[in-house]
Amino acid sequence: MAEPFLSIQHVRKSFGTNTVVQDFSLDVEPGEFVSFLGPSGCGKTTVLRMVAGFEEPSAGKIVVSGKDITRLKPNQRNVGMVFQAYALFPNLTVAQNIAFGLKVAGMPKADADRRVAEMLDIIKLPQMGDRYPYQLSGGQQQRIALARAIAPKPKLLLLDEPLSALDAKVRVSLREEIRSIQKKLGITTIFVTHDQEEALSISDRIAVMYGGKAEQVGTPFEIYNRPATKFVANFVGTLNVLEGTVTDAASGKVRVNTQEVSLKGKLNGSKSGDTLSLALRPEAISLGRQPGRDSSLSGEISEVHFLGSVIRVRVGIGGSTVSLDTFNSPATPPPAVGEKAEISFSSGDMLVLH
Amino acid sequence: MKTGRFWAWVVFALGAAYFFIPLIATVEFSMRMRRGTYSFDAYQIVLGDARFQATFGYSVLAAIFTIIIGVLIVVPAAYWIRLRLPQLRPIVEFITLLPLVIPAIVIVFGYIRMYGSNSPLPFLASDRGTDLLLVIGYATLALPYMYRAVDTGLRTIDVRTLTEAAQILGAGWGTIITRVILPNVLIAVLSGAFLTFAIVIGEFTMASLLNRPAFGPYLQNIGANRAYEPAALAIIAFAITWGCMSLIQILSRFAPRSANRPN
Amino acid sequence: MTDLSLSDQTIAGKTAPPSEARALRLPTQWLGVAPFFIFAIMFLILPTLYLMLGAFQNGAGEFTLENIIALSQPTIVAAYWISIKISLASSLIGAFAGLAIAIAIVRGGLPEWIRSATLTFSGVASNFAGVPLAFAFLATLGRLGLATVILNTVFGLNIYAHGFNILSFWGLTLTYVYFQIPLMVVIIVPAIDGLKKEWGEAAATLGATQTQFWRMVVIPVIWPSFLGTVILLFANAFGAIATAYALTGSSLNIVPILLYAQIRGDVLHNPHLGYAIAFGMIVITGLANVFYIWFRTRSERWLK
Repeated sequence: MAEPFLSIQHVRKSFGTNTVVQDFSLDVEPGEFVSFLGPSGCGKTTVLRMVAGFEEPSAGKIVVSGKDITRLKPNQRNVGMVFQAYALFPNLTVAQNIAFGLKVAGMPKADADRRVAEMLDIIKLPQMGDRYPYQLSGGQQQRIALARAIAPKPKLLLLDEPLSALDAKVRVSLREEIRSIQKKLGITTIFVTHDQEEALSISDRIAVMYGGKAEQVGTPFEIYNRPATKFVANFVGTLNVLEGTVTDAASGKVRVNTQEVSLKGKLNGSKSGDTLSLALRPEAISLGRQPGRDSSLSGEISEVHFLGSVIRVRVGIGGSTVSLDTFNSPATPPPAVGEKAEISFSSGDMLVLH
Repeated sequence: MKTGRFWAWVVFALGAAYFFIPLIATVEFSMRMRRGTYSFDAYQIVLGDARFQATFGYSVLAAIFTIIIGVLIVVPAAYWIRLRLPQLRPIVEFITLLPLVIPAIVIVFGYIRMYGSNSPLPFLASDRGTDLLLVIGYATLALPYMYRAVDTGLRTIDVRTLTEAAQILGAGWGTIITRVILPNVLIAVLSGAFLTFAIVIGEFTMASLLNRPAFGPYLQNIGANRAYEPAALAIIAFAITWGCMSLIQILSRFAPRSANRPN
Repeated sequence: MTDLSLSDQTIAGKTAPPSEARALRLPTQWLGVAPFFIFAIMFLILPTLYLMLGAFQNGAGEFTLENIIALSQPTIVAAYWISIKISLASSLIGAFAGLAIAIAIVRGGLPEWIRSATLTFSGVASNFAGVPLAFAFLATLGRLGLATVILNTVFGLNIYAHGFNILSFWGLTLTYVYFQIPLMVVIIVPAIDGLKKEWGEAAATLGATQTQFWRMVVIPVIWPSFLGTVILLFANAFGAIATAYALTGSSLNIVPILLYAQIRGDVLHNPHLGYAIAFGMIVITGLANVFYIWFRTRSERWLK
């Protein structure tokens, strides 16, 4: 494994008696795109601001390319940052905004102009150089902000919820654009968001944060499919939770409501009589018996939501409800509320939450 | 950061000194009337002075009429402009700013020459007419403040939607204005009113040039002839201004929040 | 690209009733604004125009430039000059001091109560002008004023022996500043509040020092409101008479006092010269505003 580009080591931050970040550590590889994902107040923005230099850690250190930058001022760190509220300078044109960092660094005007034109091309707004920020839409402003942040070729790009202020469509297109620009330039990036879909779709790795700590760090696939903690499982993606009681720990038999499922090898030392929270992703469940799915439960359809290509069905099983998605098929009518139904799944997809 | 805060304190302290020393000095001076000891003699003399009572009463009355005229002129105009004639807004805003640019002495000079006893509109021919002209002049001076206050009030309540809602519910114009608009802008109108009061109560130039027995010319007269009473009057005037501004602040707490505005 | 924010006006324009309905409603529509316009024309615009025309007429009502030329006599020129100097000095001092205080209370990291207390006090002090203000400064810096006496007895500094006089240029300027500073504070604090914290952070991550950030962003952003307020302060001081009159009587020859004396007693022995003086005052405050509007339209490009 190569030496990490950015290394956040046992960083802690308190404001007065209030500790917002406790012992956070993370190594980021060069060119990697890492998301900090978590609910508001989980400390993700504070960690980002410590990397940027706006907050000083109460303990721990931050190392970039082997150099300790913990006490360096923000303007000496050579990081690029994009803010939620764009933060474009209103008195400067788009081109002047992008050139800001270059001008401050003393780059000759001709070089700066060339770089600005290059940036405008990258963000696909080549004609906008002479506009003022207020003349642009939110999505355009945020792309300018991105161009401004990367124009001085920073070693590290920090994105602080850059998509939160935008509307849904722009969000999706801009996040794809951010990712492709990031890949093209190979710039190491930290992306702070509370939106799990955003984090899952563009990250190399995700650090799910809660209560000032990293609950789990892993690839989107790992985070989603193998959540390490109950919090991660609940926060990332939709989850159906069923309460179960272990009836036979040795053979992995668990009773859910009045029915029995077999979860061989997943019980991690639970004893007979223990109650467990069992979780299933909606896409891991099918309606009716399917080949290759080894377990099933029966219940009654309680709700049907027609969403177009997908039909979301809720099935009541005893006291709990399970949500699942089936594809719309023009030939067959959707299931009706009140019908008896059987759901099937692979016991291997069942998450046992501790 | 540390040095920034230090300088902020220095600036604040210097400012506080500049603003408080004259107040302290004036209080001190106003209490020096009796030799060798501090007393409220100057205040007693001033407050007991029949001319003080008369001129102060006159100015209070003038202020009240000024407020009434100001409200009658500004509220309908501001309302109509918000509702139906937004294209007039720049013109009206320009006009309301004029009194900040044209000195009061120039305006009153114009009145004296235009509305003299030989003119088609001889305001100055009678005392009542002159009183009216003074009140009109005051309303002109207060125009920028009154308009701004009312317009801000109307903006926060979104008159257009309120009016349309009232119309759909079957309200006529009279009902809309008295039951919907006025109660909602009352706070703003009152703020403008107290500001007007603060401006008008001690006004000197217009009252003096129109020869009206108002509080301003009385203050000036006392200043030219007495030693300690002016200081007492200055403190009283400061207290009145303070009172007006405090009332505006208190009122602003009751002002409707812009909750019913979509953005 | 379609996400252009519409101003109130364009929205109102779009939803306004069609022209047919508008024509029908015309009388009632104008009824609402009629009192305002009649009032403004009769008591603001016509009197001012009357004086401005009078400045170009002689006693017989014929056109003449004599009154304007007569403004060049030394007393009048001196009066204009000292008025301009006092207004300029008090507005600039007031503006910079007010800006410093505003920055200190908004950005200086002072406790929150200082900010609200300062704003409340500024609201009061900006309206505390006229005769009572003169009394307060006489009680402070007059020959027997508290500050004068304390400086003399405690610090051994006799300011009057050093040429200071409350009835002078500096005396009046110092007094005017008492309402100029708070006026600046009241107007400029919202502008400083409008400076977003993220701008500073964005500039910092782009490598800018605090000084560069101020030079390239903060000052250009605040500048239009600042200049506009300076002009307002200038006009405010230029037309003020009560403070000066109560403070100095007619010993300080500023334009408003000269005009006051002229209106009361025709001291210049030419009624139309009064018109010319008033005209001159309007021209000066008007020019200041024309300059401001010109400047603003220049910087308007980035202002919404």
